[in-house]
Amino acid sequence: MELEKRILHLLENNARLSCKAIATMLDEDETKIKSIIEQMEKQKIILGYNTIINWELLGNDGVTAMIDVKVTPEREVGFNSVAEKIYRYPEVRCVYLMSGTYDLSVVVNGESMKDIAWFVSHKLSTLDHVQSTVTHFILKRYKQENFIFEEPEEDKRLVVSP
Amino acid sequence: MNSMKHHIANSVKSIPPSGIRKFFDLVTQMDGVISLGVGEPDFVTPWHIREAGCYSLERGYTMYTSNQGLLELREEIAAYEKRRIGIGYSPEKEVLVTVGVSEAVDLAMRALLEPGDEVLVPEPSFVSYAPGATLAYGTAVPVPTYDIDQYRLRPDILSRYITPRSKILVLAYPNNPTGGVMYEEDLEALRDIIIENDLLVISDEIYSELSYYGRHVSIASLPGMKDRTIMMNGFSKAFAMTGWRIGYACGHQDIIGAMTKIHQYTIMCASIMGQKAAIEALRHGETEMRKMVDNYNYRRKLILSGLQEIGLDCFEPRGAFYCFPSIKTSGMSSEDFCEKLLWEEKVAVVPGNAFGASGDGHIRCCYAASISNIEEALERMDRFLRRHKEIRISKIV
Repeated sequence: MELEKRILHLLENNARLSCKAIATMLDEDETKIKSIIEQMEKQKIILGYNTIINWELLGNDGVTAMIDVKVTPEREVGFNSVAEKIYRYPEVRCVYLMSGTYDLSVVVNGESMKDIAWFVSHKLSTLDHVQSTVTHFILKRYKQENFIFEEPEEDKRLVVSP
Repeated sequence: MNSMKHHIANSVKSIPPSGIRKFFDLVTQMDGVISLGVGEPDFVTPWHIREAGCYSLERGYTMYTSNQGLLELREEIAAYEKRRIGIGYSPEKEVLVTVGVSEAVDLAMRALLEPGDEVLVPEPSFVSYAPGATLAYGTAVPVPTYDIDQYRLRPDILSRYITPRSKILVLAYPNNPTGGVMYEEDLEALRDIIIENDLLVISDEIYSELSYYGRHVSIASLPGMKDRTIMMNGFSKAFAMTGWRIGYACGHQDIIGAMTKIHQYTIMCASIMGQKAAIEALRHGETEMRKMVDNYNYRRKLILSGLQEIGLDCFEPRGAFYCFPSIKTSGMSSEDFCEKLLWEEKVAVVPGNAFGASGDGHIRCCYAASISNIEEALERMDRFLRRHKEIRISKIV
């Protein structure tokens, strides 16, 4: 399991690392690394590979909202069936079950605030067992998945030094 | 303009200009250079350490400290060195906080050397030791080390360079620029020579946390060596704190006392903000430091295998963050190689002879660079080597 974890830590920070590079860094055989990664993909330990994008630099005005949802749990399935109904919408990026004052935290992307308002009023609030929602719009992204948005990583070192 | 050179002291005039300087001037005129030429971490100081520095300013810590440095920091240093090399130093009498290890080297040379005393400097080595000896009116005696010995200092070679004037031996391992490491048995093999010839040792251990095979051993921890060794360490490499300029020297109270005397009249004390940050680094910096070391190790393997693939022979560096491959197969001198590589492929590496004559025929590649930059630099070097091989072949034919 140790090797798997080390591979995952490397991929978590840089999904574009080649199997060859990973093999070199971990003193392992390239084909072995490749098969372990394939295995983990099959087992859904690795669910996929994303890119962290600063859309704002392209002038996109997309909107993201985090919605706190209060839910009446259902007998036998608890929160799961409501969560499932919510996460099946393609505009929903994340769904978490939370401790504290509300139950589900839902992250939604839309083209405009109107889009999201429509999603909340027509789709989310109307679901059975959803008691209430509070919608928070993201105004600015500072950091996501370990990447800082506004301050590009720039090497401030002297180019040559002893 | 009138020349004022005749006013410059001979000891300063006699020091050759740094081999890196010329190169630096070239590089700064160019855009799009990938640099493997730096001598410092690519990490920024971990945030909790930076924050401790900021907080000390907020709290109004903007004054001098005692000459030796904050006692709180010296206590942390003593505890850290006990953990790191197993030696107990008295925070009151045997620890001096300096402006980087470079200052500590300068102080030790000035505190110990009489005019004409000789300082044995195994080369290739960091650029400060020989000028440090010269400026203290001593004489630097380069002692060569070789890649076939993995750049370890061999006792038989050392013996050849010892004279009645030999006073100090510099040991800087893990080594910049080679990445060479001296293990316990290698140090043990030098011990008798050191004691027989009554030598003192300046042990620059700034890269010690960046040891990739087993724990670092300090020569000060060998029997009979603690009093003879001025052990120097600092925060620049392990904690990515180069710009804070905090280092320290540990050793016999008479020597540390003499060094403190010079320090108090020339420097007064290291900056308090840096000292406060250093306390934070020693108290809570271990986890972040280990992560950085793991990261260097990954890149060490990557660049080493890359260099071998493009046909540059390189012994495996076991410490620091440098590779020191041979470029002899290219038929070029180190300087020629580096200059051409820079002009043609915009990759900056440092010629080996900048670190002493025995470094010629090699280049120093620093792998404290992003993986994508390392990979790109290797591709460019590959292209460069192929092209020049073709040129050589066409000349022969």
